[in-house]
Amino acid sequence: MSKRIDVKDLNVYYSKFLAVEDVNIGIEAKSVTAFIGPSGCGKSTFLRTLNRMHEVIPGGRVEGEVLLDGDNLYESGVDPVTVRSQIGMVFQRPNPFPTMSIKDNVLAGVKLNGKKISKSDADSLVEKSLRGANLWNEVKDRLDKPGSGLSGGQQQRLCIARTIAVKPQVILMDEPCSALDPISTLAIEDLINELKSEFTVVIVTHNMQQAARVSDRTAFFNIAGTGKPGKLIEYADTATIFSNPSVKATEDYVSGRFG
Amino acid sequence: MTSNALRRQGSKGQAGDKIFSGAALGAGILILITLFAVAIFLLIQALPTFTANPALITGGEGFASYIFPIVIGTVIAASIALLIATPVGIAVALFISHYAPRKLAAGLGYVIDLLAAIPSVIYGAWGYLVLAPALVPSYQWLAENMGFIPLFGGPASQTGKTILTAGIVLAVMVLPIITSLSREIFLQTPKLHEEAALALGATRWEMITMSVLPFARPGIISAVMLGLGRALGETMAVALVLSTGGLIPSLIKSGNQTIAAEIALNFPEAFGLRLSELIAAGLVLFVITLAVNLIARAIIARHKEFSGAN
Repeated sequence: MSKRIDVKDLNVYYSKFLAVEDVNIGIEAKSVTAFIGPSGCGKSTFLRTLNRMHEVIPGGRVEGEVLLDGDNLYESGVDPVTVRSQIGMVFQRPNPFPTMSIKDNVLAGVKLNGKKISKSDADSLVEKSLRGANLWNEVKDRLDKPGSGLSGGQQQRLCIARTIAVKPQVILMDEPCSALDPISTLAIEDLINELKSEFTVVIVTHNMQQAARVSDRTAFFNIAGTGKPGKLIEYADTATIFSNPSVKATEDYVSGRFG
Repeated sequence: MTSNALRRQGSKGQAGDKIFSGAALGAGILILITLFAVAIFLLIQALPTFTANPALITGGEGFASYIFPIVIGTVIAASIALLIATPVGIAVALFISHYAPRKLAAGLGYVIDLLAAIPSVIYGAWGYLVLAPALVPSYQWLAENMGFIPLFGGPASQTGKTILTAGIVLAVMVLPIITSLSREIFLQTPKLHEEAALALGATRWEMITMSVLPFARPGIISAVMLGLGRALGETMAVALVLSTGGLIPSLIKSGNQTIAAEIALNFPEAFGLRLSELIAAGLVLFVITLAVNLIARAIIARHKEFSGAN
């Protein structure tokens, strides 16, 4: 369970505005890949094209190919619903469904598209997913309470549990720790390390230490100026990006001399 | 005098604050006073009805047996209106907020809002002249084929001026209220929750049932209650469309009456005890509306924990 993603000549648009230009990147299965770069460089926008969430925004469209183990997500006849059930996403701000209990939140994705699940299967899946998200011990006595009553860090782990319950091939994380305190952040980072044994993980982060701590490979995105499209500048092993980058802009960014 | 730099110095900002909080408090109190005054007026004016000799009340058997049929008639008409208008209103609102292309949505929303601006007498006239005659064949069919159900007991009205017609006209009147309020609320659904559902692999409809409808639930209830308020109190349309009579179970025969129409039709010629009776009927309508609103509040409050407000 986990596939690789290859992106070929991808241009991302908001209506007529070219937001990200000509990205080519190969994301390894069962690894953690981090996207770093200054605000507005298009890394979140690009991330959202990997599970066709970009087109949810009015005017959002792409040109080019995104291949999940060779299958193009953007081929005509591909249903974005299927794509998203294979490539899950965790958002910047924790967003459990407020009207659902913790348990229902975990099962939300599993029950979609008319799928049925027996009560015992559901219970074991809830436990397995919550354990997988390192949340089980904290919530096992209040599974029927609303998810919105948890702390921010717990809510974010609940969202991760909800995502892994669907058993996706890939998990995309859009700055998953930016709204969390350092301790919750650490919990999520530990979790990301565990997740890569089963899933392909792609994480967007503003925090370079975080990228250095959790990722195997790092992609640096940059933007030439306001109104210009974002570009993939450099993509290499995380150690290389942080110690011996080949592009000057990358070195400036990771050493804090800019952005 | 001690000089504490943090002491109030008296500034324009504070005066503005005081004026505003005073105005808000005043407005709040004014509403309570108005409500209270209406209740007192109704009680005092209606009192003779409750103390009078039951034989003198219209119908000759006391106020309860006078008011009971028209209360039921009112409830029937309002129920028909809501049964039709709620699903249609929510569906139209969802179409506008989540399905229609943006240009069409804006135009459609505008048209729906215009519907709310049509005076009720126009709806009444339309119901009387157009809708009622048009419904006669359907009523006859219902009476022939579904007549075994008391609701559709025949013979059907030849004019179509029945409680069902009145209910349908009320539904059309209530529809814009439910639609435009629901649409506003659907549009306010946090993007975050919609995307959460989509990112899990939800179809558009599943996204609506997972994030939009639960979020909008209290708002939908409020919208329906506002609609119910209009349906219960609507006078002119019912007075024009309904050919009144005693309480009967059949919806497709002439008969039944609503409180608001009863008051409107009889008020001009009423005096003395009859006047008091009609005001007592108004009091009953007031109490029903109040009760309905309290129940709605209770329904909304019961789900507070899961409302997402925490």
